[in-house]
Amino acid sequence: MSAAATTSPSITGRSVPGAEKEVLAQLQVAFGSKLKDAKIVRARLVELVIDRADLVPLCTYLKDTLGFEHLSCVTAVDWKDHFESIYHIENYYNGCMVQVNAQIPYDDPKIATLTGLWHAADFLEREMWDLMGVEYTGHPNLTRILLPEDFKFHPLRKEFAQEVDRQYITRRKLRGGK
Amino acid sequence: MPEFWINMGPQHPMTHGLWNMKVKVDGETVTDAKPEIGYLHRGYEKIMEVREFQKNVVLTDRLCYVSSITWSHAYCLAVEKMMGIETPERGQWIRVVALELQRIASHLMWLAAYGPDLGLLTGLLWALRERELFLDLIQLMSGARMNQNYPRVGGVRNDLPDNFEAMCRRSIEHFLEKVDNEYQRVFQESKVFHMRTEGVGKISAAEAINWGVTGPNLRACGVNVDLRRLDPYEVYEEIDFEPQVWHDGGAGDSYARFVCRFNELRESCQIILQALEKMPKTGPYRVKAPRRAEGEGYAKTEDSRGEALFYVIGDGDDRPYRVKIRSPVFCTMAATPIMLRGNKLADSVAILGSVDVCVGEMDK
Amino acid sequence: MSAPLIPNLFGVCEVLVLAIVWIVDQILYALAGLIPPLTGLAQWFDPVARQRLGMGPLGSELLIVLVTWLIAVTIIVIWATLINLLTMMWVERKFYSRLQDRYGIMISIWSLPFWPFNRAGRPTHRGTGYLQNIADGVKLLQKENLTPRNADSAMFHISPVLIASSTLMIFAALPWSSGFYVANLDLGILFIFAAFSLAPLGILIAGWSANNKYTLVGGLRAAAMLMAYEIPMILSVIALVFFTGSLNPLTIVRQQDRPLVSFGALSIPAWYVFSPQILGFIVFSVSMMAEMERIPFDIPEAEAELVEGWTTEYSGMRFGLVFGFKWLRMIAGAALIAILYLGGWSGPVFTTLSVGGIPVPIVPEEVWFLLKIYLISIVFIWISWSVPRVRIDQILNIGWKKLIPYSLGAIIIAAAAIASGLWSVG
Repeated sequence: MSAAATTSPSITGRSVPGAEKEVLAQLQVAFGSKLKDAKIVRARLVELVIDRADLVPLCTYLKDTLGFEHLSCVTAVDWKDHFESIYHIENYYNGCMVQVNAQIPYDDPKIATLTGLWHAADFLEREMWDLMGVEYTGHPNLTRILLPEDFKFHPLRKEFAQEVDRQYITRRKLRGGK
Repeated sequence: MPEFWINMGPQHPMTHGLWNMKVKVDGETVTDAKPEIGYLHRGYEKIMEVREFQKNVVLTDRLCYVSSITWSHAYCLAVEKMMGIETPERGQWIRVVALELQRIASHLMWLAAYGPDLGLLTGLLWALRERELFLDLIQLMSGARMNQNYPRVGGVRNDLPDNFEAMCRRSIEHFLEKVDNEYQRVFQESKVFHMRTEGVGKISAAEAINWGVTGPNLRACGVNVDLRRLDPYEVYEEIDFEPQVWHDGGAGDSYARFVCRFNELRESCQIILQALEKMPKTGPYRVKAPRRAEGEGYAKTEDSRGEALFYVIGDGDDRPYRVKIRSPVFCTMAATPIMLRGNKLADSVAILGSVDVCVGEMDK
Repeated sequence: MSAPLIPNLFGVCEVLVLAIVWIVDQILYALAGLIPPLTGLAQWFDPVARQRLGMGPLGSELLIVLVTWLIAVTIIVIWATLINLLTMMWVERKFYSRLQDRYGIMISIWSLPFWPFNRAGRPTHRGTGYLQNIADGVKLLQKENLTPRNADSAMFHISPVLIASSTLMIFAALPWSSGFYVANLDLGILFIFAAFSLAPLGILIAGWSANNKYTLVGGLRAAAMLMAYEIPMILSVIALVFFTGSLNPLTIVRQQDRPLVSFGALSIPAWYVFSPQILGFIVFSVSMMAEMERIPFDIPEAEAELVEGWTTEYSGMRFGLVFGFKWLRMIAGAALIAILYLGGWSGPVFTTLSVGGIPVPIVPEEVWFLLKIYLISIVFIWISWSVPRVRIDQILNIGWKKLIPYSLGAIIIAAAAIASGLWSVG
């Protein structure tokens, strides 16, 4: 099924070799200064690091111009001094995947939502709000999805006690180990 | 009669797992739907941060307990990408055989659950009878029928036993005959089955891609995306197989989803037979993985239900810093209200059954 | 052509009653020796004394007549439920289990925990499975009978009774051979259909009174479906009445007892299924499958969507009644099909044995009738367990838009056949 793009390509089901270099080149042309880091990790995988303010323009460019129609995954990582919201966006036409790391300051864990572009972000961002506490501004229904509605904490944060600390103390820890 | 909300679940004989679907009914027609999940949330991502990389395979097995090898394999692949190691060739072929056997077992479980959804109770017993063949093969290969703890970071746990190839060929031959004679007749050539599944639960291709639907559900809309072909992992590049895509113009209804998943049974059998021929007869099946690792790795595989993605971050410790599990059913569940709207209440079970929900992976 | 094993049920019952009366009389006479006032009572029961004293014959006393009727009805009910229902449930469960490639129910007398059945070393669960249904009945008896809190208690309790009693009423007018019946009604078929049609009312009451969204939906669906399928059923029977001219089941079977076409020793009997009524036969069978709420028409009870449909809130023996009587309606439905279209109990008699001076026909009419009932039921069970369920609006579609025109067509064909002399009445 062809997309609403200008050239209307079709999904062949096979990846195009060398597509990641092309994608990286186009991104650097469009967003050069805003990309804090951009590299090709391996075949068919491009990794970008940006600030949270550039997220929506970058994703709009990816979706409308480059044909990245599939939002695969939304992750949030707690690095103890900042958060990172990681998006994996896939292109069905050339098999390429772009990993966008958006840095978020720790004391203001807010970032724009992508539900306007991809509806898949709906449930995925709710899950990250639920477990990690990263707030996606503009989300139509930012409520808890996996945990009960009245749960007070965000368990995936590093400050929330880990299993070993809550339940029991390992013998190794008692002996002074980790 | 005014519109009211009906709870289908969380205790319901036919929703295949513990989740709740609130449907708003106006007489007999569904006007809105709201899935409520999280009843089986076990906190996987948090507890996987406390265990060593290899020990997490025990946990990922139980994510989708019907199709455990595919999930553990996705995790091991992600960790291997992070560590920068690669499985030896025979290990990769063994992994492919294990994955396809598990895929057949998972699809047979879906078939066994889908028949009674529509009232065809005989389908339950026939599909489970055939699933026994494949569970026996998996047991021969890995020692257990479910939650096998078989993939390792760097390979698989043990080599295939000597009589595996003969038994595998015999089982697959018997199974292919059953698929063509019995299942084909009872499901696809039954007029009542067509009446129940054709035209219900439609979703268009553009909507499906936008909502993140993957796997056989997406191929039923006519989108030719199979991750084994689009982004090959292991040795899928060397295997000649056909992704099962619905060809007759965008259907996206329950019947198309059924046909795509049903034909995958035959396809997986062909893959296994090819793999048994093409794999190197001897060789190492596992490399030793380092204990500590730093970096990040992601792997996406074609799970029985769609695109399973693992994203693992390590910070130099012997356990992961962050594990993210992307479950295909989680995203498909967001799209189910679109499939349900406008259909009748009696069709809702047929639609939800054709989507193949496994709550274990949805709720992590 | 065949002969009944029990030529006259009431005759048998009278003999039975008189035997009981004789035993009672002997006891009374013995007691009269001790308690003199009992002599009068003993003489009242004694036919010889009655004749001497100038009272009427014993058989015409109201008490004896009532007891005879009671015993006849009890025999029919026991025959229908205790023997046929259990056997039909066993046949169904075993047959569909074999369709599903498994053994099926296997609890038989060898599972009983007392001597002489609990032999050591003998497998307990490898029997034919006939006692499984009795075991299930006992299990249901010992369960708690729950009533939902806000349910309409009177209606909730009365509807299983309504369903069960209306089903049993069918057997008052349903003959099992030309002698084994309780009542020989001239409008027997009409009475049977009336009793059949009471059950949808019971189902609707059950669904509504349980105060549960699911049962209400199930009850409404059941009412809609059963009402829709009553009409083609009755229309096909009307088409049949053109040929038979009578609604008496005994007359209808007697008319089918003659040969239609003879090939020497073999002959095709004049069953109505071989006549222009075959369209009516097909319509009647399909409607009967819907009336019996079998898959593919079992949407009212569809476990997939509505748990158990209208029977959700029933527990214990109330559930056992409504659940088990589905099979009784299947027996009644198959019996109707056999009587109306397949020649009922008519069949060739191969020989007649003499057992203690009483001639016993081989094969008697009852056996032919049971054979036909069970064969029809096996066909229904086979279809049931091989096809998926049809959706309620598709069921109503089939009922109103397809079956009613076909049954009207059957009436027209019947009228045409009679008018053109193709088929003569009687």
